[in-house]
Amino acid sequence: MNSAEFLLWVRGPGLNIALVIFTIGMLIRLLEIFMLGRKQNLAELRANGVSAGLRTIFTRSTPADKNSMRRSMFTFVAGYGFHIGLFVVIFLLTPHIQLIQSLLGFGWPALPTPVVDLFTVIALISLMALLWRRLTHPVVRYLSTPQDYLVWAATFLPLLTGYMSYHHLWFPYSWLLGVHILSVEFLLILFPFTKLTHAFTLFISRWYTGMMAGEKGVAS
Amino acid sequence: MSKATLDRGVQILKEHIDAPTAAYFSSCVNCGMCADACLFYTETGDPAYTPINKLEPMRRLWEQEYTLVGRIKKLVGLSKPVTDEELGEWSDLVYHACSMCGRCSMVCPVGNDISYMIRNIREGISAAGYAPEGLVGATTRAVEIGSPMGITMHALNTQARNIKESSGLEIPFDREGVDYLVLLSSMEVINFPEYLEAIARIFKQAGKSWTISSEAFEATNSGIQIGASDIARELVSRVVEAAEKLKVETVVSPECGHAYTAIRWDGPNLMGRRFSFKVKHIIEVLDELREQRLLKVEGIEDSCMTFHDPCQLVRKGGVIEQPRNLLKMVATNFVEMDDSGVMNWCCGAGGGVSAIEEAEEIRLKAFNRKKSQLDKLQVDTLVTACANCRIQLEEGLEVNEMDIPVVGLTEMLADHLVEDK
Amino acid sequence: MSNNKPLGQALREQGVSRRGFLKFCATTASLMALPPSMVPAIAKALESARRPSVIWLSFQECTGCTESLTRSHAPTLEGLIFDNISLDYHHTLQAASGDAAEAAREAAMEENKGNYLLVVDGSIPLGNPGYSTIAGISNLEMLKEVAEHAAAIIAVGTCAAYGGLPHANPNPTGAVSVEEIIKDKPIVNVPGCPPIPVVITGVLAHFLTFGKLPELDHLGRPLAFYGNNIHDRCYRRPFYDKGLFANTFDDEGARKGWCLFKLGCKGPVTYNACATIKWNDGTSFPIEAGHGCLGCSEPNFWDMGGFYNALSESTMNLSRTAAVGIAVGAAAGTASGLLNRRKKSKAEAAHETVSVKDLQREDKS
Repeated sequence: MNSAEFLLWVRGPGLNIALVIFTIGMLIRLLEIFMLGRKQNLAELRANGVSAGLRTIFTRSTPADKNSMRRSMFTFVAGYGFHIGLFVVIFLLTPHIQLIQSLLGFGWPALPTPVVDLFTVIALISLMALLWRRLTHPVVRYLSTPQDYLVWAATFLPLLTGYMSYHHLWFPYSWLLGVHILSVEFLLILFPFTKLTHAFTLFISRWYTGMMAGEKGVAS
Repeated sequence: MSKATLDRGVQILKEHIDAPTAAYFSSCVNCGMCADACLFYTETGDPAYTPINKLEPMRRLWEQEYTLVGRIKKLVGLSKPVTDEELGEWSDLVYHACSMCGRCSMVCPVGNDISYMIRNIREGISAAGYAPEGLVGATTRAVEIGSPMGITMHALNTQARNIKESSGLEIPFDREGVDYLVLLSSMEVINFPEYLEAIARIFKQAGKSWTISSEAFEATNSGIQIGASDIARELVSRVVEAAEKLKVETVVSPECGHAYTAIRWDGPNLMGRRFSFKVKHIIEVLDELREQRLLKVEGIEDSCMTFHDPCQLVRKGGVIEQPRNLLKMVATNFVEMDDSGVMNWCCGAGGGVSAIEEAEEIRLKAFNRKKSQLDKLQVDTLVTACANCRIQLEEGLEVNEMDIPVVGLTEMLADHLVEDK
Repeated sequence: MSNNKPLGQALREQGVSRRGFLKFCATTASLMALPPSMVPAIAKALESARRPSVIWLSFQECTGCTESLTRSHAPTLEGLIFDNISLDYHHTLQAASGDAAEAAREAAMEENKGNYLLVVDGSIPLGNPGYSTIAGISNLEMLKEVAEHAAAIIAVGTCAAYGGLPHANPNPTGAVSVEEIIKDKPIVNVPGCPPIPVVITGVLAHFLTFGKLPELDHLGRPLAFYGNNIHDRCYRRPFYDKGLFANTFDDEGARKGWCLFKLGCKGPVTYNACATIKWNDGTSFPIEAGHGCLGCSEPNFWDMGGFYNALSESTMNLSRTAAVGIAVGAAAGTASGLLNRRKKSKAEAAHETVSVKDLQREDKS
């Protein structure tokens, strides 16, 4: 197999296999969650839970309060760095937008590539910092399972190979691009079956928590 | 004969895994931030006390039973089943080292309500027979005698008589059609008899009719703490039946956190129906009286005061501003501690921890968090609105040789009531 | 065409000045990324080189590669050098035909056994030998026969190098490239559809100068010409980095000469010298003319998705795949969800009321 055949496979069958596994897996996961259902709250409510739930979906993206932020500063900084970096890279790089547009039928403006490049570096450094923390901090090390490391690698690889492709590091670009796409496919396939699902389900979690607290009159 | 088995525990856990639980487990990325919010972790440094870790058996059960991949993994023997030993081990984590204060639920970046799940995992662990003895004892007494501390109507009658003798105030029992059905916590009956007198004086001044039911005076609910909904339902139903029989307008929960949660929020859901009466915490009632100008006070406390937020009342009950409104009526020198309000730290004894003898050491360690908050403030008086918090605060302060009186808010207000002429 | 004059002499007889010749040598050296100190060596080697015998085999091809080399522009040194090799067999260019042509090939092979260069354009069909024959000889047979005693092989054009258009899906003739058949000879791939003329002469010059083939990349292409991708050397690259793109061929971006990535330019994965050497004597190249690169010097370029689809798009219909995934996922998810509900209902139905007597194990209580 030469680089062109490889690239052809990852752009065609590979991507389609990954996408179909991702969609099926993710829908199963989401339906499994929703269909478990929950009991209606019969207590007299203080406020409408719906608006509180919607509110929490957004407010949980920021720290609960200053002291909590200070206590978890490392996770906040590295977590933000990684997630913002990843978001910019995925959604604001021209080739990625072009791919999404071919899937959904609409797109949006991109950022200049050197800017995206900077965010890639931020995301890579943040991810390495988070790995270091996972390996050294007593709590996070205690909690970590092999899956956490697998998921870390699966997230790190697309960023790294993307960065290497852009800068033509060490290997022929065509191979790098192919490996980059393959690593994304690996990520997509792992996605529904690991805690990567949090990217979707966190909105559900925030919604339920925000709603339940909101019904009691607490902004959570 | 006890029906407690592992299977029974697992079965009950299966009943309690719902959509939020599945979303929560799907969302956790093991970031460890909940540890930073948990006083049992911050004061001990033991990573096993990380809130989300306290749910591990339930997480695995969810995965094995309610996800496709988990079912396949279970089928081919790739996942570890929940065992008896494990539930026994986790009993210490979910009962001794968790007061269900809900701080973790506030900071979790993916929005997981961890304390909601702790409440549910307790259902399974207690059904499997691994609830701590102290809580089992309290629950048994609550069901069989009517109060977790074994208080009977006899003791309450004695107290009512004493009040009548000392102040001339009548404690009304079993009156129909009154405004308020007042509940008490046995903690108050034993340790803080001032509460009942305070209520009597306040309601008298406000011109409100009230009563105590001789069939259901106990507000606390050990079933909620131990995590046994069937028992919690039975305990709540006593109050509900009494309230309906006496046709009261409002049931008033005493200065107790979990009692409020039990009746106000969990009650209707345990009973499976909406109530025909309202449920309010005494602090809510007092604040309403204040708003209606029916609460007339005089005199000002000039000592420096702060308010300890009872978790079940504030963070998990939504009664946040009311205690502050009331405090400010009689205190000029009121200061807030760090993290006050919905993010305040637990006293360390909630959620049944205070009933567990073996948890004494960790409970007093957990108090160090409150101690450091207080050290920073240097107040003269600590006010709160939960008898359970109050006992823990008094004990913690004494152990740490800190000389700060702990006062119940209702009593403090009663002390400042304008004397009727 | 048996002329044994050295190349230098032959060129001078054609009116090429010494100065012009040296300039060619210098250009070749720089194109091939050789140091300037190599220029005299190249000149000396070319001057005295005997015209090598070249056998040119054309298989499944369109003659575009030959056209590119011979007709690209008015006499150039590349053209002249090309003219002055001993092209002993090339069925498009040679005068002889029929048996005489084949006889010339056999004679050249015999005369220069082990020393002649074999140039191939076109792919070789493996499906049925009858798909493409010359003088009744199948392409496969002829390639094997001629390759056996060749010094080296130059696969000219993408068809010979990688199978090219005949190899495109579904590849009805079973077309393959030269290197898929010949494994024991040095092979240089000079892909392109067609390749840039100077690249062929550059490879020849290298062979004549050093007696061996130039350094190759992972796809067997001379690194000197195929070392950079079009995208990195493209004069429109700054627009890509700034995020300025033509969205259609007649919009403002197209008029302003912005990047053609969104219009399907395959420059990022195409390694060739078009953006630097350009075509027609350095006049222009496709992107400069306003059309994206097709990626013609890369294997499988016909199958890289639509020419007008961006490189990052799938070569297949992703939306349809997603729709299938959603349909199957919804069905499977509902099924799994229903199973879960049944399991939960069973647990609820089996619920026995927990009383205070059940809170501790028998042995404990």
